Amino acid sequence: MKSVLSRFAQMLFVLWVVATILFLMFRLMPGDPTAAYIDTTFTEEQQQQLRAAFGLDQPLWKQYFIFIANAAQGEFGESFHHRKPVIDLLMEVLPNTLVLTLSSIIVAYIFGVLVGSWLAWNRGTRAEAIVVPTVLTLRAAPEFWLGMVLLATFGFGLGWFPSGGANSAGAAYGSEWSRIFSSDFLHHLFLPALTLALYLQGLPLLLMRSNMLDVMQEDFVMMARMKGLPEWVIVLKHAARNALLPVMTAFAIGIGQSIGANVVVETVFSWPGLGRLLVASVAASDYPVAQGAFLLIAAVLVLMNFIADLLYSVLDPRVSHGARR
Amino acid sequence: MAHVAEASAPEDAAAEPRVGALGRIMRALRLPRGDFFATTGLIIYAVFLITALLADVIRPHDPLEILFSDDGQLLANAPPSLTYPLGTTNLGRDIFSQLVVGTRAALIVGVTAAIVVAAIGTLIGLISGFFGGWIDNGLMRLADVALGIPFLPFTIVLSSFIGASTWTIVMAIALLLWPNTARVIRSQVLSVRERAFVEAARVSGSSPWRILFVHVAPNILPLTFLYGSIAIGWAILTEASISFLGFGPSDVVSWGYMLQDAYGSQALSRGSFNWFVPPGVCIVLVVVAGFFVSRGYEELLFPKLKD
Repeated sequence: MKSVLSRFAQMLFVLWVVATILFLMFRLMPGDPTAAYIDTTFTEEQQQQLRAAFGLDQPLWKQYFIFIANAAQGEFGESFHHRKPVIDLLMEVLPNTLVLTLSSIIVAYIFGVLVGSWLAWNRGTRAEAIVVPTVLTLRAAPEFWLGMVLLATFGFGLGWFPSGGANSAGAAYGSEWSRIFSSDFLHHLFLPALTLALYLQGLPLLLMRSNMLDVMQEDFVMMARMKGLPEWVIVLKHAARNALLPVMTAFAIGIGQSIGANVVVETVFSWPGLGRLLVASVAASDYPVAQGAFLLIAAVLVLMNFIADLLYSVLDPRVSHGARR
Repeated sequence: MAHVAEASAPEDAAAEPRVGALGRIMRALRLPRGDFFATTGLIIYAVFLITALLADVIRPHDPLEILFSDDGQLLANAPPSLTYPLGTTNLGRDIFSQLVVGTRAALIVGVTAAIVVAAIGTLIGLISGFFGGWIDNGLMRLADVALGIPFLPFTIVLSSFIGASTWTIVMAIALLLWPNTARVIRSQVLSVRERAFVEAARVSGSSPWRILFVHVAPNILPLTFLYGSIAIGWAILTEASISFLGFGPSDVVSWGYMLQDAYGSQALSRGSFNWFVPPGVCIVLVVVAGFFVSRGYEELLFPKLKD
């Protein structure tokens, strides 16, 4: 319990440092620091209000404390272009990014774990000689390029899938859930999710394969064999469960990392998510949105790193507390 | 990296005259000789290196020159032909020439970033593992922070604030990607520093820094090369992603630039596969070459994997 608390404190520390770096970075940008919050087209009254809210007339160190306090409450200011609070914009696109990331990573890890263990059991066969290089090649391909090829082939070429977006224009839904479970949404989701899954499956597959090869050398597998247990029981009950541990931590870290790395795939498929919002806001110098999106992506990443760290010690008691990977 | 190899080649040749050029390079890079994957990876690198060096000779046209047919028509979206091996872009630019010139940008980013990442990661890993205590603690917390910053978003913001250039991308990679190398090297140092020869050096009165760099460092060099070879691919992928998103240097023709150009010019809906497939294939080849070379180091470092 104590170690969980200290890890949690560590996570908050990392998050705080990341927020500080972000604050300093946004003071690096060209022009007046107030440009981070105030667009010249805002009315005088609006400008006054924002100056007060973010302490932009205060010295830098005070601005910093106000920034941290605001960020902790999810207060990132007002978008220059959308004229809405940044937090509203972020919450609008967050479901899209979460659905895209989670669906692709879950598919990728289920596929990777199954194929990886199957390969370990079929060591040295022709299947291995074909699958392993294919997996390496898919991992080496830039995600956005994979997306472009799929989009040109199945989107534009064959016309099986829409060319971008998350919903057809003009569609209206009663609630966020009915939107996400509409067939129209799933139809739009398929290609970007497939692109990400193709990229992501390599890591769990290769990890699972090498872990299985390791575990199969262990005494308890030998013991199970000597007991005369059927092969599939050995694979599923004894070997796979143990080989799965590192894959679980990779899964947690993977979620955090792909939320940030999704930027490119979201751009290719014009998917209205967090990454695309970040790119668009940086390109349009919409600094409050850029800041907010960056911090939200970083928060998810740090949180998932923390969960991976916990999983690692909970699932594998051999790992002594404080020892690091 | 290949330059380093060539520089040390002469003395190797004197020691064992019958080893070929490739064998000498492999030995300088501490790769197991005759390893199929490592050899293939090095050959792919060599082909791209030669292409990059001779780019101005190989490319039939200027990559940004707008081409016209004999009767004065703009050669937009020309299909592949003998004169234009991969066809032309929507603005009448030769795709093959862009691809050849793009090799240069890829290798410059890839190799410099890999050297920087491997050097920083190794140095921090060595110091952290060898000295331990608060130094170790501080450096590893720093690694946690670097791993808590989303990589692509950070590079995008940095590029847009301090200016889009190859060096911004190299800097972003150097700042954020060293922890993986550092952590692995650190744990290796923890075991190496307990070995007898280190103890012997300590007893004979060597200074800690001398022990670190003369006795410990050479033992972890293959790990440095392993992470360096993976970093080349990472750097090239990053450069391509950043350029694709429009935050890359606008005056450099790179593979990512070509893909952005193709995407922005509706090459996808037009089905101009001859435009956007080749740059992607080149990226895949370079990155795969890195994986193959790293596999060579893995077999050297973890021979258990072989059987």
